[in-house]
Amino acid sequence: MSDLKRRRRAERLVSLPTFAWLALFMVVPTALIFVLAFRPATPYGGIGSGWTLETVRALWTPGNLAVAWRTLWIGLLTTAICLVLAVPTGYAIARASERWRNRLLMLVIIPFWTSFLVRVFAWRSLLHPEGLIKGMLQAAGLAGPDTMLLYNPAAVVLVMVYTFLPFTILPIYAAAEKFDFRIVEAARDLGARPFQAFRKAFLPGIRQGLLTAFLVVFIPALGSYIIPDLVGGPSGEMLGNKIAQRVFTDRNLPHASALSAVLVLAVMAPLAAVLALQRKKKRADIIMGESP
Amino acid sequence: MRRSRWPAVVTGAVLAFFYLPILVLVANSFNPARFSSRWQGFSLVWYRRLFESPEVWQALKNTLIVAVTVTAVSVVLGTLAAFALHRYAGSRLQRAHYTLIYAPLVVPEILMGISLLMAFVAAGVPLGLGTIILAHITFCVSFVAMTVLGRLQDFDFSVVEAARDLGAGWWQSVRRVLVPMLMPGIAAGALLAFTLSVDDFVITFFVAGPGATTLPLRIYSMIKFGAPPMINALSTLLLAVTVTAVLASRRLSRAKK
Repeated sequence: MSDLKRRRRAERLVSLPTFAWLALFMVVPTALIFVLAFRPATPYGGIGSGWTLETVRALWTPGNLAVAWRTLWIGLLTTAICLVLAVPTGYAIARASERWRNRLLMLVIIPFWTSFLVRVFAWRSLLHPEGLIKGMLQAAGLAGPDTMLLYNPAAVVLVMVYTFLPFTILPIYAAAEKFDFRIVEAARDLGARPFQAFRKAFLPGIRQGLLTAFLVVFIPALGSYIIPDLVGGPSGEMLGNKIAQRVFTDRNLPHASALSAVLVLAVMAPLAAVLALQRKKKRADIIMGESP
Repeated sequence: MRRSRWPAVVTGAVLAFFYLPILVLVANSFNPARFSSRWQGFSLVWYRRLFESPEVWQALKNTLIVAVTVTAVSVVLGTLAAFALHRYAGSRLQRAHYTLIYAPLVVPEILMGISLLMAFVAAGVPLGLGTIILAHITFCVSFVAMTVLGRLQDFDFSVVEAARDLGAGWWQSVRRVLVPMLMPGIAAGALLAFTLSVDDFVITFFVAGPGATTLPLRIYSMIKFGAPPMINALSTLLLAVTVTAVLASRRLSRAKK
């Protein structure tokens, strides 16, 4: 057996386990979503035989469109707020002395490792009608006894920013750390005002980090489910809630599949857009840094 | 040249935003009042209630069974995958492999949960701890693979070749040279897999089925159906574990340098 052949065989052998696992538990199930969307539902919550277009047609209700629209704007608004907060934070961490940089990074990383449910719950109790914020607002005369802080889209955006912000700061910091700050100083020397130098020299310099940050917030934001479920109420429902309702309340798996298929397509759009923006770059670099 | 104060101000505000809710939660876990707006003195009543709850202990047991199994399997699979990705980098097979491993990192959790649920229902697999384990491995493998891959990137394979030249067999060179040198990466991957498994709610919620309750599922039903002060206590304990783990792993990695 030639060396090349042996190498190939060894390569296939070590790649096989993950290939098989992910094909079985990732690729096939995702494909199944698109198949099941065209299957009829049985009255007992199962999947019927035969094919139907009824489920897909039933997607176009005003209620679903409103939810889809809300999912999109909540996702975009969350991403925008996260970026606006993360850019100065990433900048400040990158420019701090080494000692402070480590401390600050640590402070950003700890929430990143903390239980997601716990962080959502912390806000739920703060915004609760008997919670601290309501009490403070009432004491300041900014809220009446009937003011409802929970169960609206604003609460969803607030808690989403809270949970996604660490994920936004890290890629921006990573890009800012590699950035050569002498470029900003040169811009200042040439007469740029601080904000101008920031906008025209720093922001283009961390473009890669901005794109990564955009993806790591926007994609999970579109697929949010717990946050709107716990703090959104009916007026803050997103696509994820609709999917869960179809599964757990209506027991209609084909309907859930059809809605999930819409979400898959919605997630692919920003990914494709960023990849197209970065055609010449190695694909995976955009999201994870170096690829093999 | 004077630098703008804005970034520092924003950073301070962001950190306050991160930590104030957590601090309030921790403080409230010691507050005997049922609602958080009034401080009624220091008390451990919620912790006592928590330790007396058999459901919480059962959920903790399930969570640990799942997390330990998931970590063991995904460390092996993920390390193997990282090795393949690095050793045969650039081949067509590895480019496909990379895309495949990458996918679970970008797919929203709810999509992974629902698609796995459909697959298990379609295949007639009974839902329970077993399906939770299968689902968790599916996303943990990717995180382990990426973590180990990062470590491999600055690994010098000539060390392995040197071991072979000195008469070590293939398995010996892997076990005695490659694995020990990759250990920090593997350990970091294992820690990440364990944490993700313990913390996962959405995917678990979809594939759990009745009866198989993990800690996050328990917390969720406590949030949904009352018992807030007990969650404060449970959350505080989880936070303490997390912060200790993060600090310990930082210390370990610093000691290595």
